[in-house]
Amino acid sequence: MAMKAARKRVKTMPKVTVDGQEIEVPDGATVLQACELAGKEIPRFCYHERLSIAGNCRMCLVEVKPGPPKPQASCALPATDGQEIRTDSEMVKTAREGVMEFLLINHPLDCPICDQGGECDLQDQSVAYGRGGSRYDENKRAVTEKYMGPLIKTVMTRCIHCTRCVRFSEEIAGVDEIGAIGRGEDMQITTYLEQAAEHELSANVIDLCPVGALTSRPYAFEARPWELKKTHSIDVSDAVGANIRLDSRGREVMRALPRNNDDVNEEWLSDKGRYMVDGLGKRRLDRVFIRKGGKLQPADWDSAFKAIAKSRPQGSIAAIAGDLVDCETMFAASTLVKALGSDLLEGRQTGMDYAADNLAAVAFNSTFAGIETADAILIVGSHVRWEAPLVNVRLRKAAKRGAKIFVVGPFWDTTYPAHFIGDDVSVLDNLPDEVADVFEGAERPAIIMGGAALAQGALGAGLAFAAQFKLTRDGWNGFNVLHFSAARMGGLMLGYAQKGGIADIAAAAPKVVLALGADEVDWSQFGGSLKVYIGHHGDKGAHAADIILPAASFAEKDGTYVNTEGRVQFAEKAVFAPGDAREDWTILRALADALKVSVGFDSFAELQSAMIAAVPALGEEGLADYGTLPKADGNATVDGAISAYPIKDFYLTNAIARASEVMQRCSAELLHGGEFAEAAE
Amino acid sequence: MTSVAHLIKSFTLWEFVKAHALTLKYFFKPKVTLNYPFEKNPLSPRFRGEHALRRYPNGEERCIACKLCEAVCPAQAITIESEPRDDGSRRTTRYDIDMTKCIYCGFCQEACPVDAVVEGPNFEYATETREELLYDKAKLLANGDKWERAIAANLEADAPYR
Repeated sequence: MAMKAARKRVKTMPKVTVDGQEIEVPDGATVLQACELAGKEIPRFCYHERLSIAGNCRMCLVEVKPGPPKPQASCALPATDGQEIRTDSEMVKTAREGVMEFLLINHPLDCPICDQGGECDLQDQSVAYGRGGSRYDENKRAVTEKYMGPLIKTVMTRCIHCTRCVRFSEEIAGVDEIGAIGRGEDMQITTYLEQAAEHELSANVIDLCPVGALTSRPYAFEARPWELKKTHSIDVSDAVGANIRLDSRGREVMRALPRNNDDVNEEWLSDKGRYMVDGLGKRRLDRVFIRKGGKLQPADWDSAFKAIAKSRPQGSIAAIAGDLVDCETMFAASTLVKALGSDLLEGRQTGMDYAADNLAAVAFNSTFAGIETADAILIVGSHVRWEAPLVNVRLRKAAKRGAKIFVVGPFWDTTYPAHFIGDDVSVLDNLPDEVADVFEGAERPAIIMGGAALAQGALGAGLAFAAQFKLTRDGWNGFNVLHFSAARMGGLMLGYAQKGGIADIAAAAPKVVLALGADEVDWSQFGGSLKVYIGHHGDKGAHAADIILPAASFAEKDGTYVNTEGRVQFAEKAVFAPGDAREDWTILRALADALKVSVGFDSFAELQSAMIAAVPALGEEGLADYGTLPKADGNATVDGAISAYPIKDFYLTNAIARASEVMQRCSAELLHGGEFAEAAE
Repeated sequence: MTSVAHLIKSFTLWEFVKAHALTLKYFFKPKVTLNYPFEKNPLSPRFRGEHALRRYPNGEERCIACKLCEAVCPAQAITIESEPRDDGSRRTTRYDIDMTKCIYCGFCQEACPVDAVVEGPNFEYATETREELLYDKAKLLANGDKWERAIAANLEADAPYR
């Protein structure tokens, strides 16, 4: 019996020898992966872990025995038992030199003007594996430029035909936007008919491109990679909390790039998260303003604090959190509000008032990685492609594995097969038979409730649905709420949820309202309150404010963010805030002094420890434990049709994006089909 | 004996005669000192003097903002900012050399792929204020225009050895 098991193990774990080192590799691994497991570096251009295998660059050649007496492409060769792989032989060395020489035949020597210079795979690998000189004297190929939209800049002469971009748009994005025409030397990568690449993840092909054929248009010629300071941060453009790296030079954030995190964003980033950073330098609030005679006048901190103290906020103050604020800011504000004897806290700016006493009922419990394995998914009132493009990638993976996906709500292009079963949320109570059958028979059924469903008050019905089809079972929780503001889960954990939502706060008519970057609130309902806007952009919230206290954006302060899964993540400060702007917590701390109350922290570290003492889950990076779903009210019903999704314009959902010229251009060109009118500067 | 020779030398003022002979010898010898600034030493084509930014013969500036000189500069004397020009080409919007930081190592001109930044033959650019030694792009281009003939000749003379 033991022998049988041992033999079976040998069968599933092939043993190969890499440069004399014997290792076991998982079944189904390629020779390239085997070499990597053995710690050998294999040069490659077309191979990418998250894309299908193309095997067309030939850079990964290795010597494999048994096999034909010639080098073989390791990326497309399965590792089998008893293989003897050499990556350091003379044959491999000359093979790599040969391939590199061929690749460089048609590659222009324009590294000095190429934006990829300094972070270019071809540059690095030709230094490491090339032969050091060229023997090519003929004419080089030249390829006409292609237009790929406002985000992707092309210099197609540099293309080495690895087809990573084509595979990305087909396999990951799920849209046939980029393809190849022609063959051999005449092969050209193009968007068909020179259309702009419109998918929300299209700019990821810039990272994928191993050469400088596809580069970032907004970042064109701006900086070199060696000049940039790299800071780990968290994307705040949606509630996915994609891990990003902010590259800054001096006081300016030059670009945002995704970091690898298999649990969250894999290695992708939405175009909005990537390109809204240019809005960090525009329309900034960099000094204090006080409204006098209906007009906002520049002022200083002291007079602003005095004006706030004069309106006597003791016992009558509210804090409304915006979509982009970090947990520390919200905690500092809630401490201040509580110290003043009030408990009016709200983060759901648009007036939603779902119950938030059990956070499991408002979180994405399946996790993003988990939803890939679901086999039946009901999306209720969520335009996932716009509300969380990176989650849509996961749903597409699930669909490719055979998951049946149904959508309640108006039509949107899902990029995978999905059945739209009407706009009426009442279907949650009485599903059509064919849909119900699918969920009855599913092993890992899931529901995703979006913002439109929550606004419709469908949370109770969703929980009833979860109970009816047993969405929670062994090792599986299929009940998901998909938020789309980065601050939402953190806010809910810190108590930014009134029973009656924002209407409750308006009814209480507090003397002072602290708006923490809250731009989506209908401020007309707070006519009698002194509106103090603590934020970073001169957007809707600042327009309505009576006093503006300039604060720091997500790139300008350390902070904790919680994504819609309940994943606690920490972002670091990349640059300093402009002008008089201060980090939010320091403003609230100074305000506490002005109002003569104590908030109990004098430094960021003290604030953080106080916050962690109050909500321990915020102290640990990783998924917070929200416990089990609340018991569903079997009688919960809901009706009404979802007429529209809350996001009207993917590229302009927050104050930073609205200030960003790149996002405005994307919105105008990609969504509204017009030309972007250049702002006269 | 020695005292006799000493006596004779003293009475004939021999030391004075010897000294005057030496003086006369150098008086008639060709001079090694130069009457600077009216006369100047010959300079090697590799002389590393004041920086200049060159242009192509058609008037187009050579610099393409690759920032290699900025990267290689050991004194961090060079500051470059760049953006696409209206015609889409890569150009600098700012090219500053802090001449007070520069150590005249010549790495910048070695790094330059288009022979744009060069250390020309000029060494006479002393200024009265420190600020005047913070060169900007206009000053460097003006230097290039002024010294182009000498710089081109130097580059050509040195070309066989590069």
